[in-house]
Amino acid sequence: MTIMAWIRCFIGITWREGLRFVHQRSRFVSALVRPLIWLFIFAAGFRSVLGVSIIPPYETYILYDEYIVPGLIAMIQLFNGMQSSLSMVYDREMGSMRVLLTSPIPRWFLLVSKLSAGALLSLPQIYVFLLIAYFYGIEPPPIGYVTVIPALLLSGLMLGALGLLLSSMIKQLENFAGVMNFVIFPMFFASSALYPLWKVGEGSPLLEDICRLNPFTHAVEMIRFMLYGRIDPLSIAVVIGCLVVFLAGAIVAYDPAKGMLARVRGGG
Amino acid sequence: MTNGIQETSPAIDIIGLSHRIGGRAVLADINLAVPSGRFVVLLGQNGAGKTTLFSLLTRLYAAQSGSIRIFGHDMRRHASAALARMGIVFQQRALDLELTAAQNLAYHAALHGLSHAVTRERITAELGRVGLLKEAGRRARSFSGGEMRRIEIARALLHQPRLLLCDEATVGLDIRSRADILADVRSLVQDRGLTVFWATHLIDEVKPEDLTVVLHRGRILQYDAAGVIVGGLGAGSLQDAFRQLTDAA
Repeated sequence: MTIMAWIRCFIGITWREGLRFVHQRSRFVSALVRPLIWLFIFAAGFRSVLGVSIIPPYETYILYDEYIVPGLIAMIQLFNGMQSSLSMVYDREMGSMRVLLTSPIPRWFLLVSKLSAGALLSLPQIYVFLLIAYFYGIEPPPIGYVTVIPALLLSGLMLGALGLLLSSMIKQLENFAGVMNFVIFPMFFASSALYPLWKVGEGSPLLEDICRLNPFTHAVEMIRFMLYGRIDPLSIAVVIGCLVVFLAGAIVAYDPAKGMLARVRGGG
Repeated sequence: MTNGIQETSPAIDIIGLSHRIGGRAVLADINLAVPSGRFVVLLGQNGAGKTTLFSLLTRLYAAQSGSIRIFGHDMRRHASAALARMGIVFQQRALDLELTAAQNLAYHAALHGLSHAVTRERITAELGRVGLLKEAGRRARSFSGGEMRRIEIARALLHQPRLLLCDEATVGLDIRSRADILADVRSLVQDRGLTVFWATHLIDEVKPEDLTVVLHRGRILQYDAAGVIVGGLGAGSLQDAFRQLTDAA
């Protein structure tokens, strides 16, 4: 297989994910509605209760709804990652994943391509969300709309890789509800998405420690800093580290010789 | 491995293949050489291990012991070369229902690294061959079961493989569709010199001259031309021969 064949394969996988994305408009809308509800209702309600003092990357006092936006962006990616995991399980049950896995292109490359396609496709959703947020009065510096792109790609890849890893462990579609309860909700709520960590620490130092260990916290902080044109090296390092670990786990799990897939299938 | 060696190698060469799932032996010491350019039937009841064997042949998962070679390419060490030489029609429908017929084929072509121009040309040729070129723009979900199978066969041939694996490709189809698909696949052996490995539990799909592997509870009971198997057992039909073999096992 030549390099060109690999490039065509990557383009083909991204194109297919794009087509599915276009065909599933309801998925696009629901991915958008979820953070908007949080922004318009939850954040509006808490605005008067919770002011956020000056903490990096902010250079002045900000309203709560401005604070919450990076967390909601990461929320879009978290749900996208889990949606991708769900679709992998569905494809496995429906048989269409076999077409992907029997390609002569190495399996690790197929998985990375699928992951990259998911991260790229989350960008339009996020920018539509940011556009709506802009008209609502959330105005990060203009350069932030550009500098945040690498953060969005990195966090999208990390959360997608987590979804991929989870998909290898889920035996049936019905088990997916467990992912909601045991992965999505704890990851989202035990993070800096909704409250600054110093504020969490005032209530429970233990919870603050848990939040600091949560990779999602670092995805949120990475996005927060880069949306304001700044860099938080610790967050970037943690996100890259988690991406490598999750991706390696997923590649092993999908490896025909080592993985878990052989154990979740029956004989014919 | 040189091309000369590949040309003389069997299409499928399985040596000492065993596989267990959940502690249960699904395949036990399978030894099989499928010659190039033949229509070979893998005959077995449901649960005989046909789909597991196909999963190992297509490297959906790896064999726990034994080896598989496709035209001389070891599946463990040279999976890419082996997979590039085979087209697969899975037992379960494996079309993306949201995409059109042409898009499903184009996706497959991309997974095999085909260029845009080659992809377009071959989609036209293969969908035309199965009589669905005019329907290329229709969503997969709108096709009948038989039409979906024809699209899947067109897809499996898109990268011009030398070996076609069909796992219960006619299950769930009406008699007419079954006959059409079987005749179409048989014609590929004649017209293109393709090797076809055809898994089925339907005895009426087997012709006396077909090389037939009788698989039962993960073991090969017989491997010969169907007519020879029937004659050797002194049975009246392949159905009787199959019953004799499986009852005795």
